[in-house]
Amino acid sequence: MRRILAILMENEPGSLSRIVGLFSQRAFNIESLTVAPTDDNSLSRMTIATSGDDRVLEQIVKQVNKLIDVIKITDITDRQHIERELLLVKVGAMNDKTRTEVKRITDIFRGNIIDIGKQAYTLQLTGDNEKLNAFMNTLQHETEIIESVRSGCVGIARGDKALRI
Amino acid sequence: MTTELFTGAEMVVKSLSALKVKYIFGYPGGSVLDIYDAIFQQDEIEHILVRHEQAATHMADGYSRATGEVGVVLATSGPGATNCVTGIATAYMDSIPMVVLAGQVATSLIGDDAFQETDIVGCTRPIIKHSFNCRSLADIPDAIAKAFYLARTGRPGPVVIELPKDILVPQNKGPFSIETDVNIRSYNPTTKGHGKQIKKAAQTIAQAKKLVVYSGGGIVISDADETLTTLVEKLKAPITNTLMGLGGISGTHKQFVGMLGMHGSLQANKAMANADVILALGARFDDRVTNNVEKFCPNATIIHVDIDPTSISKTINAHIPVVGAVDYVMHQLIDELNDINYVPDEAALSEWWQQINLWRAVKSNHYEQSETGKIKPQRVVESMYKITQGEAYVCSDVGQHQMFAAQYYPFAKPRQWINSGGLGTMGFGLPAAMGVKLAFPDKHVICITGDGSIQMNIQELSTCLQYNLSVVIVTLNNRSLGMVRQWQDMVYGGRHSSSYMESLPDFIKIAEAYGHVGIKIDTLDELDEKLSEAFAIKNRLVFVDVMVDEKEHVYPMQIKTGAIDELWLKKGVKA
Repeated sequence: MRRILAILMENEPGSLSRIVGLFSQRAFNIESLTVAPTDDNSLSRMTIATSGDDRVLEQIVKQVNKLIDVIKITDITDRQHIERELLLVKVGAMNDKTRTEVKRITDIFRGNIIDIGKQAYTLQLTGDNEKLNAFMNTLQHETEIIESVRSGCVGIARGDKALRI
Repeated sequence: MTTELFTGAEMVVKSLSALKVKYIFGYPGGSVLDIYDAIFQQDEIEHILVRHEQAATHMADGYSRATGEVGVVLATSGPGATNCVTGIATAYMDSIPMVVLAGQVATSLIGDDAFQETDIVGCTRPIIKHSFNCRSLADIPDAIAKAFYLARTGRPGPVVIELPKDILVPQNKGPFSIETDVNIRSYNPTTKGHGKQIKKAAQTIAQAKKLVVYSGGGIVISDADETLTTLVEKLKAPITNTLMGLGGISGTHKQFVGMLGMHGSLQANKAMANADVILALGARFDDRVTNNVEKFCPNATIIHVDIDPTSISKTINAHIPVVGAVDYVMHQLIDELNDINYVPDEAALSEWWQQINLWRAVKSNHYEQSETGKIKPQRVVESMYKITQGEAYVCSDVGQHQMFAAQYYPFAKPRQWINSGGLGTMGFGLPAAMGVKLAFPDKHVICITGDGSIQMNIQELSTCLQYNLSVVIVTLNNRSLGMVRQWQDMVYGGRHSSSYMESLPDFIKIAEAYGHVGIKIDTLDELDEKLSEAFAIKNRLVFVDVMVDEKEHVYPMQIKTGAIDELWLKKGVKA
């Protein structure tokens, strides 16, 4: 089952490699991983999308928490939370029909055309995993996907609850 | 007033002094020569020069296991540091506090594949509790203070500090200060068990009819033997120890049913399999204990006390998990049992002990020694136990001799039994014994080993001469890699692939060549006398080479994929 883990950790050299090393060492899955410093520059915030049964998940959370650099980890999957991912995709836009169709689909998904080439459009879309997948599937039917890049998801809990020191 | 300035190398030594370090175990090389120069110019810390860096880590490890202090290792960059890897992994698996100071090439060269450059922090990442890359002078005291704090608190473990050459050299100086009272915001190990869990545990224990206490290395590491004994005597229940937990309660205590697991006693494994409540204290349900986890103790409610949350419900689901320091939690548990006016159910207890005594009567640790036949390895251990009156420090290598020592030398106290349980590192025994001897020069320190293991760090006989480390090495020489051979006999149709030792050296001559005493024992009639002679020699290392029966197997032995109590009792005989 897919889980979203939010991790607050020291922004130290080597912190990221400790997390990545742990996942490979213990044969845990990583679907995606994003990391960047927070408003407090001494801290990094990481979001990991992973999967596994309850027992594996329990071990992942405990093992990550055991790393000295990690301050907090929470599994936000079961709570009210917001999950977002950024997609940039370059698609073929060879003729009027395709261009119109791509524009229409992008509007429906509330994405943007952010660059235009002679034969290709570059599109941007944010949303959760499912929305991005749906967008890609729809596009595939209308035109050629030349290149795509996804940021991996970031997540945050809804309401007043916060992951802070 | 001008502030006094120090080099990084001086800061390393001053930091270690501030942390009351007495010994550093190491080997010099290019990147750490400035540290060696600083060590040379002071006399608070003694450096012990080994002959291979792996031995430095094991020696620091043995020193730590015997004293409870942090073991300190110093190695140069590249091969010096990579030679430490096995010793670091050994310490990590057995939760031993250790700080390894590893040299590194100058910061300007890092990443260039410079001479003797290895990313040792990268190499050791999966086998350390934490590591530090020092990149400036000012990092040094802070990293060392934090390393010691991390190594010795919570679940102890090894910490690596990488020190590039350019922050150690005389051209680079700075003011020195060290804060030994460390606080790390992201690190707060739990000491106190959760009150609700303690209550649940006490109530479960109070209702138990067939309680067994299963204690491990956590008891030894935290010197919780007295509290454990108090608790166990209050519960009146049987107690078993893991290989790492031996000495946690006296091996001659009447409630002690022996070691459990792969080569554990019948009564210990049976007690576990038939228990209705298992109280696990500082143990981690290792696969060498559980055997097949699917068949593990189906009727037991498991109370699991451990300082490391990851150890709980990792292999075996704990019904009542308690995270906390085992000594503290046992005190909480005793208090709670008092509060609920706990008295053991005498009728149930008596029935339970009757059953256990029936298993005990099988005498699963029995072996047969004929008066004219070859010496049985078990007999050698028993003889050593008598001669040393059970008071020696016994340091073991890995293999059959390790199991015989664990089975036939009942340990009265924690820290008396020193072996590589988790990683199973051959070559551990001699350097570990050297570390113990350094700490306790007036005690008997035995290195029990085999003809395979001893050759994995035999060069340390030279270090022993240099520092007059009069360890008694007892090699149970069976001319083969006994444990491998045993598996080949039992599982691989008797095909002894690469498990025999042809061209064994003359160990007596080796010992003598290194300046020590060698004693060979060939027959049973000379065993006791010659062993006594060996232990009577003071201030000389004695290497005792005992020719033992090469066909002997270690029993009991768990049957693969079976339950914890499915055992071979001897050749062809199942429990």
